[in-house]
Amino acid sequence: MSDSSPVIAADGRPLKASLNRALRRQKIRALLLIAPLLLFVLVTFIAPIADMLFRSVENDIVSNTLPRTVVALDDWDAGSGETPDEMIFAALAADLAEAVAAKRHTQLGTRLNYELSGMSSLFRKTGRQVKKLDMDAPFREQFLEIEEDWADPEIWITIKANSSKYTAGYFLNAVDLQNGPDGIEARPENQRIYVKLFGRTIFLSISITLSCFLLGYPIAFLLANLKARTSNILMILVLLPFWTSLLVRTSAWKVLLQQQGVINDVLVWIGLVADDNRLELINNQTGTIIAMTHILLPFMILPLYSVMKTIPITYVRAAKSLGATNWTTFWRVYFPQSVPGIGAGSILVFILAIGYYITPALVGGTSGTFISNRIAYHISSSLNWGLGAALGAILLALVLVLYGLYDKIVGIDNVKLG
Amino acid sequence: MSKLPPYTTTGQRAWHYTFLSICALIFFFLIFPILIIIPLSFNAQNFFTFTPEMLALDPAGFSTKHYADFFNSSDWQNALKNSFRIAPVATVISVTFGTLAAIGLSQSHVPFKGLIMAVLISPMIVPLIISAAGMYFFYSRIGLQGTYIGVVLAHAVLGIPFVIITVTATLIGFDKSLTRASASMGAGPVRTFFKIQMPLILPGVISGGLFAFITSFDEVVVVLFVGSAGQKTLPWQMFIGMREQISPTILAVATLMVAISIVLLTTLELLRRRSERLRGMSPG
Repeated sequence: MSDSSPVIAADGRPLKASLNRALRRQKIRALLLIAPLLLFVLVTFIAPIADMLFRSVENDIVSNTLPRTVVALDDWDAGSGETPDEMIFAALAADLAEAVAAKRHTQLGTRLNYELSGMSSLFRKTGRQVKKLDMDAPFREQFLEIEEDWADPEIWITIKANSSKYTAGYFLNAVDLQNGPDGIEARPENQRIYVKLFGRTIFLSISITLSCFLLGYPIAFLLANLKARTSNILMILVLLPFWTSLLVRTSAWKVLLQQQGVINDVLVWIGLVADDNRLELINNQTGTIIAMTHILLPFMILPLYSVMKTIPITYVRAAKSLGATNWTTFWRVYFPQSVPGIGAGSILVFILAIGYYITPALVGGTSGTFISNRIAYHISSSLNWGLGAALGAILLALVLVLYGLYDKIVGIDNVKLG
Repeated sequence: MSKLPPYTTTGQRAWHYTFLSICALIFFFLIFPILIIIPLSFNAQNFFTFTPEMLALDPAGFSTKHYADFFNSSDWQNALKNSFRIAPVATVISVTFGTLAAIGLSQSHVPFKGLIMAVLISPMIVPLIISAAGMYFFYSRIGLQGTYIGVVLAHAVLGIPFVIITVTATLIGFDKSLTRASASMGAGPVRTFFKIQMPLILPGVISGGLFAFITSFDEVVVVLFVGSAGQKTLPWQMFIGMREQISPTILAVATLMVAISIVLLTTLELLRRRSERLRGMSPG
């Protein structure tokens, strides 16, 4: 039947082509409606994230500030253990003269100081003397006169190691490793903090998720099985905290958990705790866990509730009529059907917990802080942006994996609010 | 759940009441910290606990001096003003772009729908500190760091996932034959949108807007990095207040903010009921 004429639409075109055109138009119209927002999100949100990821490997400060030295160092054998020759020192003198004029040498010193302590002061001290260098005399002796550290091959190894435009150094630092002379090695004992901090962040997030589950499950169960009128009223008790400002809730806990706060006062009053031995509930991990459990609890209850709402009561009745006890009915029939809700709620709470910054910063003290607090510190105080970005990239990867998992279980389209 | 059948044993009865008491305790845990700050904010002393006068309900133990502090302090008033300068503008941006995109996304044939959805929802998923860090880097490059526009754009993009989610949810219940009917009667797409579609999805749009508003109004991490002293918002001022010398004025501010949340929550609940009625579902 291939030679039979195709069905013709009213305008004389073949129907198939006509339908295809209509479909294409519909697709274009949909995309045109989405395009402004997509563009907006790409510029204001995705580009910043990409910028951060780029900064975690970017390393052009050495090659930009010391271009001649970097080229000259190409031929120098780092393994020889010898100080470089006159040619390299001459290149360094030329580079430094330019860098000092542009006031870039201190930045370079700060950057290299992350790799080897002492570099910052070395560059600052040398920078002050560069103008006095005699252009005809051998540079090597003059540099050694300014600061004898220049004879140390270690310094040159560091410069050479950081002369490429990209580095894995920040990422290595973020997992307590460093680029040593013989390849990747562990950092000195007293500098290993990040793996421990990641571990603590994950441990605290799991504790918070677990306590949210323990407190949230009974509430969701109660709400799903009550009469609609009663459960709507009780739901307000869940939604009000959900809608209350994060800072309000954090400040409430800060006030309640103080040593002279309401909770300690009550405990002293009923005689559970001696007045001179008040509990330390704040500025430690306990404070972080209590406050964050309270803040994230609605995010556990709401998905659990919406799943439990769909479990037919007839299954429970059937189990009971077949002779199951209350416990068996719950454990063998009801609980397995609520597992998707547990999965959704737990992943949501965990994702939110792992990236928290404000609450740990205010009630966590030093032992209850998260990796986020360290990222904020590197970006606003220590100004080691590369390391902050690398820590952020690792955290982001962790969250995206969990997000993928959440998408598998719940589906992004099925996220519900309130 | 509410009424026990007559055949329940004593053990079952006991467990039933134990369970109810456990739930009552958890509800208490949820709501107590929020309610307790209200009486505490009327403390006549600069303490964060109940004074003996307050427990005795002596009027001398109460005062509104922390509220007076809030209304007379230029720091707090500036912060309040900044919050109200930033949040509504950010909300308008997210609602406009978000509603259009949600309508686009609800069409039957959208190429790369999954990917687009993932990108649009991502501001909600990515930890705030990472968004803040990225925006700090990128906005400094393009000269938006420390400006009013920078903060507004940042807050607008953070509110977008909420608008997308609520408006798409409303559009699922939208009867498409209505727009076809309108078109067959000669109305253009713009007229159809404003006369037919918009009134029906309005509850969803408004609740998305409320979510976007509260996101910006409560947001502190991003504004700390992207903003400068000129954009100090209410949460920022609270954050500083709590980090440094914690003063009871914070409790007065917190009480006012709880009042705002109650208003928002009530509005949302009314909208939800209206939307369910419009879709022909009886409110629960």
